[in-house]
Formats: sequence, structure tokens, C-alpha cells
Amino acid sequence: MSVALLAWAVLLAQLLLLAAMGCAVVRLLLGPRAQDRVLALDTLNVNAAMLLLVFGIRTGSSHYFEAALLITLLGFVAMVALAKFLMRGEVIE
Amino acid sequence: MTHAADLPVWAALVVALLLLLGAGLALVGSFGLLRLPGFYERVHAPTLGTTLGIGSVLAASMLFFSLLQTRFVLHEILIAVFMVVTTPVALMLLARAALYRDRVERSGAVPPPPGSR
Amino acid sequence: MRRILPHPLIALGLLLSWLVLAGSASPGAVLLGGAIALAGSWALASLAPPRLRLRRLAVLPGLLRDVLAEVVRSNVAVVRIILGRSVAGTRRPGFVHIPLDMRSPQGLAALACILTATPGTVWVEYDSTEGTMLLHVLDLIDEAEWVRIVKERWERRLMEIFE
Repeated sequence: MSVALLAWAVLLAQLLLLAAMGCAVVRLLLGPRAQDRVLALDTLNVNAAMLLLVFGIRTGSSHYFEAALLITLLGFVAMVALAKFLMRGEVIE
Repeated sequence: MTHAADLPVWAALVVALLLLLGAGLALVGSFGLLRLPGFYERVHAPTLGTTLGIGSVLAASMLFFSLLQTRFVLHEILIAVFMVVTTPVALMLLARAALYRDRVERSGAVPPPPGSR
Repeated sequence: MRRILPHPLIALGLLLSWLVLAGSASPGAVLLGGAIALAGSWALASLAPPRLRLRRLAVLPGLLRDVLAEVVRSNVAVVRIILGRSVAGTRRPGFVHIPLDMRSPQGLAALACILTATPGTVWVEYDSTEGTMLLHVLDLIDEAEWVRIVKERWERRLMEIFE
């Protein structure tokens, strides 16, 4: 009972997250400006971290968790660098 | 999903609902990114996923692993704390950068810089 | 003591998060975590942030509860805005200038995080000479109402904690 219930919920959640990533990718391609693309990239990143956590529940392994942590860490650094680049045109001054 | 066979039905139900809530919020946020016009309105959309969205997925993950391994799993709290601290900072920086660019290019209706009022 | 361990709370937090991440409290993990905690607190000390003085921590639990309630409430509000029929109809997004009395940098940082983490409001800019901040609101009905919300709900209590 609980296995079937969880299996369906996990599948549905994965599909929803994939659709969310699709929306973010469309915005990434549409733009129109650089800040829209950076925002879409951040959304894509968070959705990917959530997808990894759902994968972790599906497989019952906690290794996906570390990947999710790494994605959020790298995503933050990338966002800060990109925001800085948009402001000054240089990443390191 | 055979590893979840020991999970009680109530817990499976709660985990399933939390997962669907989180994924649904992420989808609505990303959809808002597509639908809302203008950058400053779009900034608000992903916050859905980064607050309650990832929060409920993390809660589902914590409940799931805590009950299966019969020990309390604290890992997820790290991601939660990290997200709470970093996403506002990143969004603020991005909004400031966008405002700066709009002021330099004098495009759209953005408020003037503080010194010139 | 201050010279060896400049930020004891930060160091303790780093050590604890390392142990949680490693998933064990074996001597090796404690040793490595302790080294990381020391290095982290020294790095922070070399940045020389302004000293943090916390007063009235009794306000904190109520504040956290209200932040959580506000996040849930505004999540629902933003979902309704995004999925609503008319995107450009009655809703009017816009910028609000809000004059702040708080000057403590940590308090301002906490206010910025609270406002940006709640969906529907984003902190955009702070002008330290005039002490005003610029907020972007997704559903701006009444500017005076937003000034009142920010000052009454968040700023007053954050000032009790940080100033």
C-alpha cells in the first residue's frame, strides 16, 4: 500500500519538477535581457536540487543529498558572480 | 521502491503530500517566471520554490529517512539553513544589478538613484 | 581567549554543521571539524565585521513564528496571482520607498533576508545617508500600508533584538 502510494507520488513529483525545469529553460532561451536569463538559471538550479532530493527518496540512498547540497552551493556562488558581472562587467575587480 | 515497504501508511501519505506540494509550488513558481511580464515581477516567482517548495521537499526527505533508518536525519536541515540564508542574498544582488543596468540605460520606469532626488 | 577564538559562536556552528555533514562524532571528524571551525573564525576575524550585540532574545521565537506564517500566507497569495485569470488587470506592481529608523547593519541584513524570502516582496536597495530602502512589491495596493507593515511587523522587533 505505502509502496504503491509513494511510487506514484514520487513519479508525479518528478514530472512536475521536470515541467518546472522546462518552464525555466524556455525563459532562459527567451530572455529578453541578461538578468532574466540569470534568474531563469537560478530557478533551474533550485528545481534541479529538488529533483535530486526526490531521486534520493526514490532510490532510498542518501548520496543524492550531497549532490543537491553541492548544486545549491555552486548555484549561489554562480549567482553572486553573475550579478556582479551584470553590474560591472567584471567578475573580479 | 521496495526499500519503502516498512514505511507506515500514514507516513507514506504525509511524505507523498509534502512531495507533491513542493513540486507543485516549484512548477507554479517556474510558470510565473514564464507568465509574468517584466523583470521586477518575475523576480518574485522563483521565491515560491525556494521557500515553501524546497522546504516541504526537505521535510518529506527528513521524515522518510528518519523513519526508515530509525534515526533522526539532520542532513536536510543544513540545506534548509543554507537556502534560507543564500537565496535572498542572491535575489537581492540580482535585483540591484538589474536596477543599476536600467538606470544606466534609462529604460523602463525605475526610480532614480538616491542622490538625485 | 579572544585572540585564539575570535568568534566562538560561529566556530561552534561550523563545528556542529561539519559533524552533521560527516554523520559521525568520531575523533577524526571532531579534529577535522575543529580545524575547519578555527580557520573559519580566523577568516571572519580578518574581515573585521562590526561587533554583534544581541539584546532581548525573548522576542526571537515570536518573530520566527511570524516569519513562517507570513511566508506561508504570501506563498498562497503569489500562487493566486500567478494562476489568476488577469495578469495585468487590477494588480499593480511597483516600487515603494520606506524610511527606516534602524541603523544596525546586522538588523538591516536580517530585515532584508526576511523581506526577500517572503514571496511578493524583494528588497532592492538601501541608501545609508538618508536611511531609506527601496522595496519592490508584486501586488502594490497601498504604499502607506506597506510602510506600516514593514515598520510595525518587522522593524520594531528587529530593533529590539539588534539595537
